[in-house]
Amino acid sequence: MPLYSQIIQYVLSGITIGSVYAIIALGFNIIYNSTSIINFAQGEFVMLGGLTMIFFTVMLKFPLVIGFPLTVLVLTLIGIIMERFTISPIKKPTVVTLIIVTIAVSILFKGVAMLVWGKDTHFLPPFSGEKGIAFMGASLNPQYIWVVGITVVVVVLLSIFFKYTIIGKAMTACAVNRTAASLMGINVKRMVLLSFALSAAIGGIAGIIIAPITLMAYDNGAMLGLKGFGAAVLGGLGNFYGAIFAGLLLGVMESLGAGLIHSGYKDAIALLVLLLVLFIKPSGIFGVTEVSGFKKF
Amino acid sequence: MLRIKNINTYYGKVHALKNVSIHVNVGEIVALIGANGAGKTTVLNSISGITPPREGEAIFKGVNILGLPTDQIVKMGISQIPEGRQIFAPLTVSTNLELGAYHRYSRKNKSSLKKDIEDVFSFFPILRERRNQIAGTLSGGEQQMLAIGRALMSKPSLLLLDEPSMGLAPMISKDIFRMISRLKDELKTTILIVEQNAKAALQLADRGYVIETGKIIMEESSKGLLNNKEVQRAYLGKEKKEIWE
Ligand SMILES: Nc1ncnc2c1ncn2[C@@H]1O[C@H](COP(=O)(O)OP(=O)(O)O)[C@@H](O)[C@H]1O
Ligand SMILES: [Mg+2]
Repeated sequence: MPLYSQIIQYVLSGITIGSVYAIIALGFNIIYNSTSIINFAQGEFVMLGGLTMIFFTVMLKFPLVIGFPLTVLVLTLIGIIMERFTISPIKKPTVVTLIIVTIAVSILFKGVAMLVWGKDTHFLPPFSGEKGIAFMGASLNPQYIWVVGITVVVVVLLSIFFKYTIIGKAMTACAVNRTAASLMGINVKRMVLLSFALSAAIGGIAGIIIAPITLMAYDNGAMLGLKGFGAAVLGGLGNFYGAIFAGLLLGVMESLGAGLIHSGYKDAIALLVLLLVLFIKPSGIFGVTEVSGFKKF
Repeated sequence: MLRIKNINTYYGKVHALKNVSIHVNVGEIVALIGANGAGKTTVLNSISGITPPREGEAIFKGVNILGLPTDQIVKMGISQIPEGRQIFAPLTVSTNLELGAYHRYSRKNKSSLKKDIEDVFSFFPILRERRNQIAGTLSGGEQQMLAIGRALMSKPSLLLLDEPSMGLAPMISKDIFRMISRLKDELKTTILIVEQNAKAALQLADRGYVIETGKIIMEESSKGLLNNKEVQRAYLGKEKKEIWE
């Protein structure tokens, strides 16, 4: 394969994996905006999404069109349960206690997943076969189209939600100023609950669409979460479009780096980017320095 | 309409309000004046549940609202315009107004909300011109109008106003006070207003309270307070002015 086709190949797979990082980053942002915390269980939502989808469609042999929404529903419930039983009962929430709680929950999720699905790596068949489509001399995996397409749908639906629905506007208001939001009659605690439900749901979607490409095991959540977190930080924490751009950028860089330099560097590249951003410009490429600090809960 | 009795509010160990009692009758404008740090904002925040009092009683329309979360108190008809306006700066003027009506929002009354926004626009025409502008780009006076308009969107029976003139040029703050008095005349809104600018507030109000280090030290008609020697000396800067003149 000539070099330029190879590069196209790497860019395509980079955009695909980057789409998933973007969705995970959006999940981080939604919870960050409503609570000012980093939800370290975000990656576990992705893992649980993939494995739950495998449970429904591979083990129970449900068709995709049923397994997909069912998985999203299960993840939404997991997000709600997580918030109700671990976040909301905390009497005097501080950023640090809440973050520690999410770390504890992530360990719990991983443990439960190991009990349910075992330590094996599970396979989810691609949504529409594996036969590659020729594209500019490269071979385009049809699952890539699914991933990018579903990501676009998720992004469009989320923007509509935040821009045009009153609940979405209320969530944004909470992110801007919690006290003022409560003075509008907005139940801030309910918005926090909603943000967990929403984040878990889109995290689950990320897991569903990526599982046919990367496969899924109980311990995949942490690395996926870290990459998504890297994208969220790179795009500026809380920044919607920043997260999408940074997710794609991270995916492409990682894919090019792994392909052209050495595949062993794949994870290192994302982490390097994360560290560089944190050291040089912690507010992210689109962030304003003054908002880079953690907002107070 | 509202009666708070012997309220005690704390910030951790700081005893910010000591046995504060205040009442507001229907249709009245009541001013609460006092120096910076006296506890004026804390009184309003105690009523709206932002800083719930540890002890005391707060009866609004016959219901004890003490201990209720802020969003429920707002739903009952109390709307607070917080100190420093606290508009949603990254959102548009229209969206800010829409959010003001959040708890009244439903598919059914969409048209009545549209009309309410129009009413706010006819009260503050400048907001109509700026309707699609990002709220953070408004001038201080315009932001204060937006904050008032946003509070009106919830159709409150009691409006809590915290230092509407804060940080505004004297001319602009005069405008704002003129608008508040129009609120009273045209909309018959009941208002509890907190001000450091005691003169302007008392000229607007029917009655007034004076608060000093967390305690109410005086309660009288506005006229009485304006003529009170002690109030003049401490809050109206009368003597200073006379020496100057
Ligand atoms: N968040 C807070 N934490 C601790 N003390 C506070 C806080 N807010 C206000 N205070 C204290 O409570 C007192 C009353 O404050 P405040 O109600 O804001 O006064 P005012 O509105 O009259 O200027 C002040 O002594 C202030 O220092
Ligand atoms: Mg104050």
